[in-house]
Parts: sequence; C-alpha cells; structure tokens
Amino acid sequence: MVSRAGGPVASGAMVSGDALHLRAAVALLGSFPALAGADLDVGRGEVVLLQGANGAGKTTLLRVSAGLIGVVSGEVQVLGHDLTRDRRAVRRYVGLLGSTGGLYEDLSVADNVRFAVRASGTDTGRVGPVLGRLGLDGRLAKTSVSRLSTGQRRRTALAILAARNPALWLLDEPHAGLDAEGRDLLDEMVREAVGAGATVVFASHELDRAIGLADRVMVVAGGVVQAPAPAAAGAPVAAAPDLREAIHVA
Amino acid sequence: MWRDAVLVAGKDLRIEARSRVATNQVLPFAFLVLVLFAFALDTNRGVLTQASAGLYWVAVLFSALLAVQRSSAIETADGATDQLRLSGLDPAGIFLGKVTAVAAQLLVLEVALGAGIMILYNTSIHGVILVVATCLFATAGLAAAGTLYGSLAAGLKVRETLLPLLLLPVAAPVLLAATEAWQAALAGHPSDGTQWLRLLGVFATVYLTFGVLAAGSLLEES
Repeated sequence: MVSRAGGPVASGAMVSGDALHLRAAVALLGSFPALAGADLDVGRGEVVLLQGANGAGKTTLLRVSAGLIGVVSGEVQVLGHDLTRDRRAVRRYVGLLGSTGGLYEDLSVADNVRFAVRASGTDTGRVGPVLGRLGLDGRLAKTSVSRLSTGQRRRTALAILAARNPALWLLDEPHAGLDAEGRDLLDEMVREAVGAGATVVFASHELDRAIGLADRVMVVAGGVVQAPAPAAAGAPVAAAPDLREAIHVA
Repeated sequence: MWRDAVLVAGKDLRIEARSRVATNQVLPFAFLVLVLFAFALDTNRGVLTQASAGLYWVAVLFSALLAVQRSSAIETADGATDQLRLSGLDPAGIFLGKVTAVAAQLLVLEVALGAGIMILYNTSIHGVILVVATCLFATAGLAAAGTLYGSLAAGLKVRETLLPLLLLPVAAPVLLAATEAWQAALAGHPSDGTQWLRLLGVFATVYLTFGVLAAGSLLEES
C-alpha cells in the first residue's frame, strides 16, 4: 500500500470488486437523515456524476464515501474497505475536493501541498510538476494562501488532490470558482487520473461540463440515489442529447 | 506516530513563524499582564517581589490559553480538519505534534517572561535547575491539557468562550504546583520544591497519556 510512480495510490483490497458500494446507507446530520437508504455501485475506473437539487444529499454521500461521516445503518464499502467497521483505513486512498479547500491560510501554496502530500505518505516528487501545471509555481508557490484569489485557492486545493493522486477522487462542485482555463485543466486532470486507474465520483450543477466528463449520471433526491435517467442506460452520457432534459425533469 | 508528530509540529511552527501571532500578539499580551500586576501592586514593592512566582505563572496560564486557541483555530478554518483526517495521519501523532508546537511556543514565552519579572518585579532567579525543570514539566502539562480541551471544544461554535471555562479549572494544579516550586527555588530552598515538581510530572504524564488514547475519538468528533 505505497504510492507508485504513475498510477493512483493502490490498495491491495481493491484488486477486484467495486470502488464504491453503498446499500441502504443511512447517515444522519444531527437527527436529520441526509442519506435515507442510499444504494450506489461504482466500478473501478468509472466517472459518475451525482445530480440533484440543493440539500438532496450529494455532499453527504461524498463525505460518507470518504469516511468522514459514519452511517447508522446499511453497507458502505470503499476500495474494498468496510467503512461500517473502520472509517479510517480507506482515507489515505481517497481525495475529497469539497466546498472548502482544507488549506492553512498562513502557509504558502507550496507548503500546503507539500504538507498534505507528506501527510498522506505520497512521494513529494509530484508536487513541483503539479504546481507548474496549475500555474502555481514561481512566486505564487511562496505566497500565503490568505493572499490568494478564490480561483487560486481552488487550484491549490486541486493541486493537493492531484499531487496525492488517490485511488478515489470525490469532487463536490469541482468547477466552482475556476476560470475557463482552470476548468479545462480540471477536466483534463480528471481524465488523466481515470486513465491511470482512478475512480471519480462528483457532484455538479454545471451540466454542460459535467455531462461531458461522466460515464454515468445518478440522480440524488431526498437522501436516496434514484435509478439513472433512461437515456443514460447503456449509452455514453455525452452521446445522449436528451439526458439533460431528463435530468432537469428529475 | 512519531513521524506524524514531527510533521504536524513542523507545520504548526511554520505557520506561527509566518503569521507571527505568538510574537506579535501572545508575547505582548503576556507582558501586558505582568505590567498590569505591577500597576496593581506597585504601592508595595515587597508584595510584588514576593508574589512574582504566582504572577508569572498566571501570565503563563493566560498566554497558554491564547496559544491553545490559536492552535485549535488553524485546524478548524477552511475545513483543514477534514484534510487532516483524510491524510490518514495517526491521531495520536497529530495530538503529540500539536502539543509539541504549543509547548515550544510557551517555552520561548516563559524565557521572555522570566526576563520580564526580573526587570519589572526586581526578582532574582535562584535554583536554576528547579526553575528550568518546573518550566519543562508545567509546560508539558499545560500544552497537553490545553490541546486536549482545545480539541474537545474545536467543533463547537462557542469554543472561544468554552475553552477557558474547561481549561482554567483543570490547570489550577499546574498553577499551584509551579508557583510553589518556583517559590522554593527563588527562596533558595530547592529541596522544598521537589514534591511540587513530582505533581507537575504526574499531571503532564496523565494528560499526555489520556490525550494520546483519546486523540482518535476527538479527531472524529471535532
């Protein structure tokens, strides 16, 4: 279970089976069931878009998958790890790009990325190239995060994810705050990660971009993952022109 | 665990070195406390000198509160705790790393405050070994208890006001023992201070052990 030169961080337990398996998963936020019996299976190397209204349970589903929120009932297996027994074991192999960046304001961009990479036990050799690719090298690398723009902060959080190179990428509104170039770069990096064997589950309201990225779309509503829109079944999402309409209806 | 502790301590100390909160805010605050005590008791210079050990440790305790709050705040801002949890770092290592960083800041502060009481209160430092040992044990205890209660309060909206309420009563034995040990040292009777030193050692050991054992649960709840 060590980092490798190219592909995502591998877990011996994920050689076979789904990357993500939820069955009747119930998760509470306080006393509110943010997940109310969610079922979801995501195969290795898949890119799955979670679509749904605000408060539908997408973010909770992503956080449950990262092992940050426990379930009170149901099954959750991520990369072969049973999260109902141990939520910590899988975390090193999962990356979450959430609404907050998880950055230290007073540390420089490079120090933030380097700390996150070292903490996850990954090779720091990836830090420099990733920073360069995201336009965060040079003087910007030494700048405190507190002085960055929203887009630059988002790029720094993305740099952490890319440099950690986890086996499962969980992205919550990943395009938010990024300019057009940054969005293109994000899509490119996601595709590269998937090409190297990573799995991606993401939530997005920006359908124009998200649909082009996803292999499959699942609709989340009321804490439950509903069946995929009919147009998506068995056909590449980008090739299904009526899917956007179907999702809007859902 | 130790590798993780070094990593987290290094990160926290780098943050302090860049933000300079400890040197620009905590240290001036501690000096201000010493100066205010001097104003309050200046009419009787003898009392000020006599009470210098207690006043010194009260100033250290208040400063420790600020240092612990700062240490806790840097993890709660921008969802950094989530990234820390996702990193897979050993929770015990995270706890020990944060304790080390707070302790390092407090030790620097104690040296500066020591100079402060010598100048402001006309106090002469005797029994250097006991004085230094007291500082080391008391600092370890304050940093461990502070980090533990800081983690407990971290997930709450009222953490800034709750932390003093939690920590100050718990730290009372440190205040008492450190003051007694210092008074014995300053009076030139270091042997009288060894029992207080033992109490400080027990306090530090208990909170370090409890913190290491509870770190996993605290990190999940924060």
